[in-house]
Amino acid sequence: MVSPQNTPILEMTGITKRFPGVLANDNVNFTLKKGEIHALLGENGAGKSTLMKILYGLYQADSGTIKIDGKLENIREPNDALKLGIGMVHQHFMLIPQFTVVENLVLGSEPKRGGLFMDLNEATKKVLAVSEQYGLAIDPNAKIMNISVGMQQRVEILKALMRGADILVLDEPTAVLTPQEVSELFEVMENLRSLGKSIIFISHKLKEVTAISDMVTVIRRGRTIGSVASSETDVNELARMMVGRDVDLVVQKDPAKPGAEMFKIENLHVPDDRHLPAVSGVSLSVRAGEIVGVAGVDGNGQNELAEAITGMRKATSGKITLNGQDLTNLSSRKVFESKVVHIPADRHRHGLVSDFSVAENVVLRTYYKPPFSEKSVLHWDVIKEEARKLIEEYDVRTPNEDVACSSLSGGNQQKVIIARELSQEPEFIVAAQPTRGLDVGAIEFVHRRLIDARDAGKAVLVFSLELDEILALSDRIAVMYEGEIVGIIDRDEATEEKLGLMMAGVVNHNQKNVAAGGEG
Amino acid sequence: MTTNKKWWQPLAIPIIAIILGLLIGAVLMLLTGANPIAGYAALLRGSFGSAIDFSETLIYINPLIFTGLSIAVAYSAGLFNIGAEGQIIVGMLASAYAGYAFAGLPRLLHIPITLLFGMGAGALWAAVPGYLKAKFGVHEVVNSIMMNYIALHLSHYLVTGPLQDPKTTLPYSPDIAPTARLWRFLSPFGDHFRVNTGIFIAILAAILVYWLLYKTTTGYEIRAVGFNADSARYAGMDTSSAMAKAMLISGSLAGLAGAVQVMGVQFKFLDLFGFEGFGFDGIAVALVAKNNPFGILASGFLFGTLHRGSQTMQAMAGVPKETIGIVQAVIIFIVAMEGLVQGWIPGLEKITSLFKKKEADV
Amino acid sequence: MRKSSVRVLALILGLLMVLPAAGFAAEPVKPRVAIVFDVGGLGDQSFNDAAYVGLMRLKDELGYDVGYVESRTPSDYEPNLTMLAREGYDVIWGIGFLLEDAIRKVAIQYPETKFGIIDSAYSDEEYATSLQNVLGVLFKEHEGSFLMGVLAAETTKTNTVGFIGGIQIPPIERFEAGFKAGVWSVDPNITIITNYTGAFDDPAKGKAATDSMIRRKADVVFHAAGGTGLGMIESAEEQGVWAIGVDSDQHHVAPNTVLNSMIKWVDVGVYEGTLMMLEPDFKAHTMVLGLAEAGVGLAPAESNNASPEATAKALEWAEKIAAGEFVVPEFPSEVSKAVTQK
Repeated sequence: MVSPQNTPILEMTGITKRFPGVLANDNVNFTLKKGEIHALLGENGAGKSTLMKILYGLYQADSGTIKIDGKLENIREPNDALKLGIGMVHQHFMLIPQFTVVENLVLGSEPKRGGLFMDLNEATKKVLAVSEQYGLAIDPNAKIMNISVGMQQRVEILKALMRGADILVLDEPTAVLTPQEVSELFEVMENLRSLGKSIIFISHKLKEVTAISDMVTVIRRGRTIGSVASSETDVNELARMMVGRDVDLVVQKDPAKPGAEMFKIENLHVPDDRHLPAVSGVSLSVRAGEIVGVAGVDGNGQNELAEAITGMRKATSGKITLNGQDLTNLSSRKVFESKVVHIPADRHRHGLVSDFSVAENVVLRTYYKPPFSEKSVLHWDVIKEEARKLIEEYDVRTPNEDVACSSLSGGNQQKVIIARELSQEPEFIVAAQPTRGLDVGAIEFVHRRLIDARDAGKAVLVFSLELDEILALSDRIAVMYEGEIVGIIDRDEATEEKLGLMMAGVVNHNQKNVAAGGEG
Repeated sequence: MTTNKKWWQPLAIPIIAIILGLLIGAVLMLLTGANPIAGYAALLRGSFGSAIDFSETLIYINPLIFTGLSIAVAYSAGLFNIGAEGQIIVGMLASAYAGYAFAGLPRLLHIPITLLFGMGAGALWAAVPGYLKAKFGVHEVVNSIMMNYIALHLSHYLVTGPLQDPKTTLPYSPDIAPTARLWRFLSPFGDHFRVNTGIFIAILAAILVYWLLYKTTTGYEIRAVGFNADSARYAGMDTSSAMAKAMLISGSLAGLAGAVQVMGVQFKFLDLFGFEGFGFDGIAVALVAKNNPFGILASGFLFGTLHRGSQTMQAMAGVPKETIGIVQAVIIFIVAMEGLVQGWIPGLEKITSLFKKKEADV
Repeated sequence: MRKSSVRVLALILGLLMVLPAAGFAAEPVKPRVAIVFDVGGLGDQSFNDAAYVGLMRLKDELGYDVGYVESRTPSDYEPNLTMLAREGYDVIWGIGFLLEDAIRKVAIQYPETKFGIIDSAYSDEEYATSLQNVLGVLFKEHEGSFLMGVLAAETTKTNTVGFIGGIQIPPIERFEAGFKAGVWSVDPNITIITNYTGAFDDPAKGKAATDSMIRRKADVVFHAAGGTGLGMIESAEEQGVWAIGVDSDQHHVAPNTVLNSMIKWVDVGVYEGTLMMLEPDFKAHTMVLGLAEAGVGLAPAESNNASPEATAKALEWAEKIAAGEFVVPEFPSEVSKAVTQK
């Protein structure tokens, strides 16, 4: 770890920003030293983004000062920020998918030939020089739409660097990345730090924050709670600072008291969108009062399996049953009516109609049935009543039930889905990535609810890419690799190492199958 | 965002767009040597100057309300019904046919049947691209445009052949029977008052469309599919069926525009030399109204007035009718570019920011 | 900010309400003449523009007060005629047979106003009773088109010529009939390709239809299709074949491509017709303008690209027709190769 120099490159003092009805930043202080990776930690909606948007000139603070290199600056728009060497990588990339990496990087400052035509060779040279300087390898001629999210992020970082950024703001950069990409990003960040860049790392993931940053500043409800050196704190303290109370990072639960086998998959085969086999001969069962976790690296057939179970994708062969009733290839509505609920992996794509209000989303599954509608006519009073009840019960932070879901934070959106699905009195719960993108407080809440459902005798199947989550929730753990279940082990036997090896396909507990030449 | 919303907030952009559009129109008039004040005076006088003018303006507004609603319903399901133009034509043809072929029916039966013929023909015309979209994934816009041309040429063939009025060599269909005509309720004051009960049918249609979209499970499904078809599928909705329903309703509304045009105004099918533009203008009407059925009543009023006014301006003040075309284009442009415009117009950002609640993730 | 924009709006509206008085001050008493165009509208460099020329002559030569309006849809004919009548115009023209019905309705309501219609006529019974204030104007397009047929037949080297019509209706079929008769009067073996595009306002279609004719060896093409015909001339110019214009002198559209134009003196019709209707003893009737009345004919010599021999032959026929020695068939069905062969 490079020891940061002592001069602050950035000092934000007494920043206050008020939106109608909300105090987003209340006298916030933030100090960044040169050559430092400084994490800005806080729950969704705590005011991190507002603070950074003020720094970047997207908002104007109502009061407070910003000093860059000890000099008082007035940042009125992003151009001012760029001139001061502040670069920002937004959560949603600002790239043109049809353009190549080079074209995106020189956009707005294209080298011209004859004052008119873009000089692509010159541009490519320039880009390669910068990418080499910072050790950020890229393919300059690839189109953005053809490269991975991690690479796209790298292009965004390069873009900021090419515009002369010394202070790099990374807004939740790991939210969209796979674990491998996260470790690559961390290497890049460390490299940049060694080259003297200062990085503000916005996150709500405690482990990442302690892993990469030198300093952590915690913001809660618009206020600075404190700044601590990463080396002098731990995740529990940070979680407490962030949420304002003690948080169970691992929700306490009693040992499972599993009952009879309730849900069963036999030798299931499911194709993916390109009609290639994604799930190959999976057999799995879940007992009443039990949580089975499905672990695996992303893209090993988990999504297709979850979708096949819930009627969103057709299986080519095999059988799915719940309490003996055949659910194979029933429509999504039929599956739902068989008391199977589904917290989908992608809440924006599947779980919610973002432009619908909270109330409209609450009845997304049940709008066609009494009491929410009769003879095709919706009963809005009943629907809103139900929405208010669930908002209360599941602690959804929203001004009211008429607000569009798109204006809620990710955690509250997820709560709407969970409220809707769990309130259906299900027998069987399929929860895919139930806490993706949520902060610790919300994660605790979701885990609590799933465990409560288990304790009420429901069968629960959890799909997660986060080993922590799998270990925290599951009573039994199934590991998927290349469309197969390579092993099912009890929670007590599971360690991160063991699961990691299984997820990588190194260890296969299904030797029996292999020996029989079954799925090989 | 939805909280603290003032009722007039959604009106801010359209109103600014209208003012800017009219100002740019005024500049154009100055550049072409016309007097903008006399021009706009002619617009107002020609549209509202007397009862008969207002009657004619309502005649213009009437089809635009239907086509605006038609576009809005399709758009709610995420479909772009650019085929309203052709659906109007077949609507006019079918109701013109029903209007004279079923002569002898009592009025109470003949009017609804004639209306239904128009609606059915429009729905049928919309069903073709709808079916091709659902079945083969062919984009509805391409098919709708082709259906427009088929309708235009078919209508021409029919009124110069099978449907032509035998009493004339001109490309008209026979007059529809009096029992199929909508009541021109101002006719006691003069034969030239052509305003008819079609305008009430349009208002009723707006109410029904609102009720359908926001108070019924079908409307709920249509809107869910339009916003996010994947979520709709997750929720167990039949997305193809929702799209098909939206397309059929959209087509029948456009067909209704044609029916009312025949039953209230023309009393026959008059051969067309090109598209009349009510279908295309319906896109603008729906856009400015942001697909709100009641907003469509207002924006239909606006565009109807502009269209009628473009002719009165030409007749009374010598302003080229294209001027109003440009005014309309500016309005559509500004409304469509709402996001950009808010950044462009100094001060406007401040105004609108007052209405905007905090960003989602502060 | 909001308040001030409201104030600006109020101001603009206020001005609009108050100032028109200035714009509409009384004029000295000159006859007022106006035109209602059909949906084809101005800018066709043909029929409608020719009517506009007549209107402008009334304004420039006689100082008449003139106005016009282009209709957007067929439903507009009636209110546009009514509007001009209420505006106090003395003579109102409907340009094109499409306005026939609308004029029939409006003329009854405004008996003090005179209405003229180009390309249409009413029965003598109507003229005598309900339409005493109406003048119908018809042109013998078949006579002029016959001359174009003669020119085309004398000019073609491929023995193939083309005819493009707007919409297949009797007034347009007269062009076709005359043209065919003229062509076959020269050589009955010449192939004539006919295409009705279905539109008067679609140059793209005109162009496509012409491209197809040229592929089929046509080297002289004639149109009676308004704006659609502009596409025909464009195609002919691109591919180096002759085009024959219609209604007005279309020489200027493509000076090296337009062989000649079948001129229908619509401007003369509007001009003379207006004067006729302003006479105190005007009687409703139909004015028919053919070669004899100089209502149709060849383009002036400076716009003629045909050979002297071809032109001479056409003028010879023109005299014969004007003198009544030869009757040009009006309907395509009446044209046969045998009848016209001499």
